[in-house]
Amino acid sequence: MTDSFLSVRDLVVHFPTTDGIVKATEGLSYDLDRGKTLGIVGESGSGKSVSSSAILGLHRGTNAQVSGQILLDGDDLLQLNDEQMRRCRGRDVAMIFQDPLSAMHPYYTVGNQIGEAYLVHNKVSKKAARARTIEMLDRVGIPQPDRRVDDYPHQFSGGMRQRAMIAMSLMNDPGLLIADEPTTALDVTVQAQILDLLQDLQREFNSAIIIITHDLGVVAEMADDVLVMYAGRAVEYGPTKEILVHPEMPYTWGLLSSVPDVTGDTDAKLIPIRGNPPSLLNPPAGCAFNPRCDHRDKVPGDLCTTVVPELTPARTGGNHTKRCHLANPDEVYATEILPEIAPDLVQGQA
Amino acid sequence: MSHIDVAVPDPDQSAVLVQVPDGTGNAASQLDPNARPVLTVKDLQMYFPVHSGGIIRRTVGHVQAVDGVSFQVPAGGSVGLVGESGCGKSTTGRLITRLYKPTAGSINFEGTEIAEMSQRQLMPLRREIQMIFQDPATSLNPRHTVGAIVGAPLLIHNVLPKDKVLPRVQELLEIVGLNPEHYNRYPHEFSGGQRQRIGIARALTLQPKLLVADEPVSALDVSIQAQVINLLQDVQKEFGIGFLFIAHDLAIVRHFCPEVAVMYLGKIVEIADRETLYTRAHHPYTQALLSAVPDVKQAAIGGRRERIRLTGDVPSPINPPSGCRFRTRCWLAQDICAQVEPPLMQIGPRHKVACHFAGELGKHPTTPVTTSPAVAAAASDPGFASTWFEVTTGQPTGG
Repeated sequence: MTDSFLSVRDLVVHFPTTDGIVKATEGLSYDLDRGKTLGIVGESGSGKSVSSSAILGLHRGTNAQVSGQILLDGDDLLQLNDEQMRRCRGRDVAMIFQDPLSAMHPYYTVGNQIGEAYLVHNKVSKKAARARTIEMLDRVGIPQPDRRVDDYPHQFSGGMRQRAMIAMSLMNDPGLLIADEPTTALDVTVQAQILDLLQDLQREFNSAIIIITHDLGVVAEMADDVLVMYAGRAVEYGPTKEILVHPEMPYTWGLLSSVPDVTGDTDAKLIPIRGNPPSLLNPPAGCAFNPRCDHRDKVPGDLCTTVVPELTPARTGGNHTKRCHLANPDEVYATEILPEIAPDLVQGQA
Repeated sequence: MSHIDVAVPDPDQSAVLVQVPDGTGNAASQLDPNARPVLTVKDLQMYFPVHSGGIIRRTVGHVQAVDGVSFQVPAGGSVGLVGESGCGKSTTGRLITRLYKPTAGSINFEGTEIAEMSQRQLMPLRREIQMIFQDPATSLNPRHTVGAIVGAPLLIHNVLPKDKVLPRVQELLEIVGLNPEHYNRYPHEFSGGQRQRIGIARALTLQPKLLVADEPVSALDVSIQAQVINLLQDVQKEFGIGFLFIAHDLAIVRHFCPEVAVMYLGKIVEIADRETLYTRAHHPYTQALLSAVPDVKQAAIGGRRERIRLTGDVPSPINPPSGCRFRTRCWLAQDICAQVEPPLMQIGPRHKVACHFAGELGKHPTTPVTTSPAVAAAASDPGFASTWFEVTTGQPTGG
């Protein structure tokens, strides 16, 4: 699978601190093709944002220790020098941040900031950059773009700011777009608009998208593949449908069972995940999820608390891997979890 | 679970709508005769003045944050308030706790009219109405210990002598699932979910009859949200507290509240029991909201609902659109929508909606919805039409 457009291999990001090493990302590997979307799901502090900012080289100049390989179209981004990386950012890889108000400079007009991305990477006049800016603002659905281009970020609504951010990231037609919680700060109706926009633009520009979110619903609608992260590691990885229908890792079950949905049975109980996410300074020995896991007793011996499970192919197959010691996760899910969270689905299948 | 007042529509305004039999003995209260309201809000209005710049600071307009909102919260029951940001749902919550003084309207708490009360008169009532805030990091004083935070209401209201406060605080911490020995710690020593538990403990200290929960879980991680929701349901059951649950997450509101009101630009556009609202919503805005919620289960089984794409943003509440406030984004809007404001009409035993064309929308947002063909399909759907006419006991709509 090394011929993928983006191929991340054994990515490790460590932050040395006075209290010890924060292991933000440990041995992360995934592949992504052009025109496809990867959803990275996890709680705050699971390393999903850190691993993605490593692709953009945003940890350079900090004391972070990054190792592994990030191959974009065959080039290892970790081997580029700072000047090469600077040229890559914004042209080959672009990022959409969660909060567009703090990601934009309040003193410069929206058009100024968007146009800059184009001026930096292309030898064009300011006039041409402005024309391109207006064209992109129009493309992302900002009304009267020739007038709004001179507005300041505070004059835009939240949804419009996020649209402007998307316009900025697409100025140079990047092959890879990283969207870090692009809709978390937005209302549902605006979220739907932005997700639709991203899908339309992906079809048009054939870019690869990494969408980082904690919302499984967003992933379900957007992503072709899902990577579930916990305490810096991938705990489940595979095609979206596989993961949602046959999840084999108790953490993924917990994520599915702790959110209500708008169509399910109202009597269905929310089953929260016990406890709190672990500290990355001192993660639990063995499987990092073991202190919060309800299925530890089904694993013989003290495997869960001593040995970190490998990412192994799921029982149901289908290019789907999981990191769990359970011998029969598919059966546990079908008999214990699914009846609790979706009684109507089980009856439907029976 | 609760009564719903029958709206008394202005005869001129309801010309195109089916007139519903009106009166105090409405069907809703007969359905559930035992539900006693702990809170009755009627025509609540909050206008914030907008001042011009300069020295004189003339009032140049008003933000119509809440404009004529009416609902009831049954004792021990929950009512959900949903809507986009800026729709006035938080302002409504703050009016009920009387953090703001309403411009007009009535707030009746257990038979006492509190809308006009002074701060001094309100003091004893503050025990009965408490609030849980969205962000536990900013709603807890960082320089006070948890014991001081949770115990403060007891001292302020002089409920217990000082030496009895600590045992009560520890009891409360235990109820919300915290270690009672941690009363001496500061808020920063707790995680987000634990801090929200402290906020809940503080709200429970005086054994209130009504809790206003303003986005109580939206600042929390998914796995923690479920813990806090379950805790709120447990304390509601145990202490019989009425909840006004304010949130933008439709799925969580559906899970928590048997009755849900949808707000748009300061007005309630639709209010119904949970089953009706989430399967047979009549207001186009409610349908759009519901269709915008991503559905994990649908996606998992390969199905996909078609989204209603709402264009544009919520208009400014300083100068809201004439007539129906939703018309600028509504795909059904016609001339009448700009001229006449649709009143909140009773269309089912527990279902009220404010839309001129409510009867013409039949598709459930939980089944695939398309924009204009849906209207045509609904109009030609005899099954839908018959139920519609039954509940309204009137003639078909004129629009």
